[in-house]
Amino acid sequence: MAKKNITNGNKQASDRLKKIAEFVYEQMKDGEIPHLEVSSRTKNNIVLSEDHKVWKYGTDVVRRSAKDLGGATNILRSLYTVDFIDEMINSGKSSTLRGMYYISEGWNKAKFPTQDESNRLAEDLEIITKCMREDFKLRPEEDGARVIGDVTLTEVNRKGDVKKINCKDDVGDSGYGIPYNVEEEKVKFKKVNAKFIIAIETGGMFDRLAENGFDESHKAVLVHLKGQPARSTRRFIKRMHKFSKLPVVLFTDGDPWSYRIFASVAYGAIKTAHISEYLATPQAQYLGITPSDIVNYELPNDALTDNDINALKSELTDPRFNSSKWKQEIKLQLKLKKKSEQQALAKYGLDFVTDTYLPEKLAEMNII
Amino acid sequence: MAVPYAQKMAESQKEISISDFFAKNRQILGFDNPSKAMLVSVKEAVDNSLDACEEAGLLPKIFVKILRTGNKDRFILTVRDNGPGIVKKQIPNVFGRLLYGSRFHAIRQSRGQQGIGISSVVLYSQLTTGKTTTVISKIGEDYPCHKMEILINTKLNRPQIVSSEVVLWEPAHGTEFQCEIVGRYQKNKKQSVLEYLRSTAIVNPHVEIIFEDPDEEVFRFQRVVDKLPEHAKESKPHPHGIELGVLKNMLHYTEARKLTSFLTNEFTRISPRGARGLLDKADIPDKLNPKRLSLDKIQGLYEGMQNMKFMSPPTDCLSPIGDRLIRKGLRKEIDSKFAYTVTRDAKVFRGTPFQIEAGIVYGGELSAGEQVQILRFANRVPLQYQQGGCAMTHAIERINWRPYGLEQRGGKGIPVGPAVILIHIASTNVPFTSESKEAVADVDEIIDEAVRALMDCGRRIKSHINKKKKLKKVSEKYTLIKEILPEIARKSSEIVKKPQLALDEVITKIMNVHVIDTGIHYREVGEGENKQQHTEVTIKVQNYTQKERIFKLLVKVPDTLIQGIYPESYKMKGEVIEWDVGPVSPARSVHLGFTLLGLDKDEYEEVDVFYSKLPGEVIGADPA
Repeated sequence: MAKKNITNGNKQASDRLKKIAEFVYEQMKDGEIPHLEVSSRTKNNIVLSEDHKVWKYGTDVVRRSAKDLGGATNILRSLYTVDFIDEMINSGKSSTLRGMYYISEGWNKAKFPTQDESNRLAEDLEIITKCMREDFKLRPEEDGARVIGDVTLTEVNRKGDVKKINCKDDVGDSGYGIPYNVEEEKVKFKKVNAKFIIAIETGGMFDRLAENGFDESHKAVLVHLKGQPARSTRRFIKRMHKFSKLPVVLFTDGDPWSYRIFASVAYGAIKTAHISEYLATPQAQYLGITPSDIVNYELPNDALTDNDINALKSELTDPRFNSSKWKQEIKLQLKLKKKSEQQALAKYGLDFVTDTYLPEKLAEMNII
Repeated sequence: MAVPYAQKMAESQKEISISDFFAKNRQILGFDNPSKAMLVSVKEAVDNSLDACEEAGLLPKIFVKILRTGNKDRFILTVRDNGPGIVKKQIPNVFGRLLYGSRFHAIRQSRGQQGIGISSVVLYSQLTTGKTTTVISKIGEDYPCHKMEILINTKLNRPQIVSSEVVLWEPAHGTEFQCEIVGRYQKNKKQSVLEYLRSTAIVNPHVEIIFEDPDEEVFRFQRVVDKLPEHAKESKPHPHGIELGVLKNMLHYTEARKLTSFLTNEFTRISPRGARGLLDKADIPDKLNPKRLSLDKIQGLYEGMQNMKFMSPPTDCLSPIGDRLIRKGLRKEIDSKFAYTVTRDAKVFRGTPFQIEAGIVYGGELSAGEQVQILRFANRVPLQYQQGGCAMTHAIERINWRPYGLEQRGGKGIPVGPAVILIHIASTNVPFTSESKEAVADVDEIIDEAVRALMDCGRRIKSHINKKKKLKKVSEKYTLIKEILPEIARKSSEIVKKPQLALDEVITKIMNVHVIDTGIHYREVGEGENKQQHTEVTIKVQNYTQKERIFKLLVKVPDTLIQGIYPESYKMKGEVIEWDVGPVSPARSVHLGFTLLGLDKDEYEEVDVFYSKLPGEVIGADPA
């Protein structure tokens, strides 16, 4: 039996969600067509927040009005979701996003046609209430990624016991698995004995660094991003950085999609800009692979596809890449019409990345 | 002295019989290849039967059968009709002599213009299989039925009777034609026997056709009208519509003794004054005997006829199908949601009267992603070949269909969409591009008329599509106010734990529209002699706005008896019923209606409602 613990975050979420229902009810009581307003989640509506140095939603809002069938259905779904979350909070249960999608089968007209719709609605509610999905007791399917390094932390396990874990000595080859909830009440950092944190895009490269003992030889904390990183991974990096004050670097493939991974870790993702201050680590720096690396290290490469080119062009107008360094690199890549993967470094042998490439780049960045 | 070469040549120069000529030039008759030969054979036989039935005032019932033989390239074709039959003496002439018939010199709209005739099939059969053609014919209940086997003597263009006997035959009258031909039977193709018969059934709704294909599958094309088309009258030629050679022949064979009477009696639209003027110009004495005109003078007379102005020829010699009947035919053979047809007034090109009819069917089972199907007809006969070279296709291609709701690349060419377009030209002399008579020539007047008819159809399609779109919007709003909004109210009151709300005001605000719903219900009242066809039309106007409304409503009605118009405060203005409606309060509705008498089921398909003085959005009607 799960322990019933209602946190302050849960209570606040419950109150704010009820306000949504009240807002709808009062509008109808006044004879008005009910509507809800949500920040518009597009590239054009993210602005740099001075307080947090991260990208947040601007003032554009999308109005969901019951004037048309789509808007009305959206409002009805919001009400059902509010009710569902409130019930979970009161009974101390949680659900995955996919679980909610299936539960909506019983909501008649408010049923979600796809899981994307239910995911988006959960984000809407986060934006309206300024609470986090975790406060709603909703969690994603995918768990967070892995960590290897001399980090000591405590985690409250599912039995409610506090477990102390060292991410170098107490774990197997796959490292420490980041849970979906990494908030203070669940995970506490005790000690981080390292010089920097390195977040790695692909599992292959993460394993290479682990196998080559890069964490010990260069006193690094290795974090596997698993592609586009889950919220909990980004939150974990953010909290670890805040606790340790260590520099954070990102090591990814050299293509536009990887630059987006960096942007979401450093500045926040467009879809989750409402919680950027919780998730983003503005101090994070991009290590590589850069387009210049492709030239300097003469890396094996592939031609850019049309999709790649469009993505690069779109990044040129993305406020998150609005720095002279990024613009220069993106323009260079458009000129080269080439991209390279992390693994391309293997051209010079399996140890090249740990013996030469990373030390050179880290030195360039004044980290070692 | 040597024999002059020309004399030697003269020995080998002899008259080539017409049959011989066609024997060597099969493609002129349309027998280019086995599958086309099959189609043309059926077509000639069926056209022949239809013309015979109609001329005798009989509703045609035609049976067509194609039977496989032991040889895979050979088929036995049988066509049987319930026509007037043919007297014994004429049977060999009709079937065994090319270019034999009464139609060649008449200026009249007829199917027979289309081919050389049934005898060409006999000839084709004979040339490809060597077999005789069998004809069975009976002219009435009390008359003997004759069965003949015939061949054509191709040298002499004369029939050769192989056998002749009297047989027992059950039908009261009619003709059966049977021959063996080399051909190919194609299934599921645009240019197939089945498609030809289906198309024929569309433009001849008074015809019943039963077809048994080589796989013994039977197709029935039902008769939907029990009335024969009006008999096309014969008419005299118009001076603008004649060729020099024909004029020469007419002058030679006329019984008139004076040129003035020749011109006024044998042409239409030449008055005595016009005749004198013509002769004056050509410098020919009035009283001259027509037979004694020199070639020079004939040329002068001909040119004068072309240059002088005459009244347009009368158009009552045309027999259009009629928009109502085309719609019936289309509805019967094509499963669709919407059909509109139009019959234009008769027009004239180069002294020849013609009339264009067009129709379009839309939606239903028709495929949306393909080019629209085009059905072309000339004097009720389907044209199945050379679509790209036909004036009727060119008219379709000339129109920008996109504003009318069909897709079209670059606003040109054959449109794409769930539609079938039909065009029919009726004329005393359809101008074909070639002797095979498969495509209509690009005559400006014809293309212009076809474009006008098609654009009319296009506008109707557009308004139909718009109406459908708007109705979808309304049905969405109904779902909204009837299902979603009450749920929002229930769920929100449940969460905030407050009493349920009344929603009237919110509903009117959400709708903010006037909805006009129409209904058409067909029923038959009484029995037998007293049976009446009632088409009841209902109109409901709902005011989903926040203001009281007073407005005018107009409904266009067809030309038929109307009764029971309600409310009674209406005015009849020509073909339009006009009501002053209101005041109608917010969230209230009014009902109007009437009954149309004497229309068949599905004949009245869409209620055309117009309004005036109704501000804001109106769904289901157009502004007057």
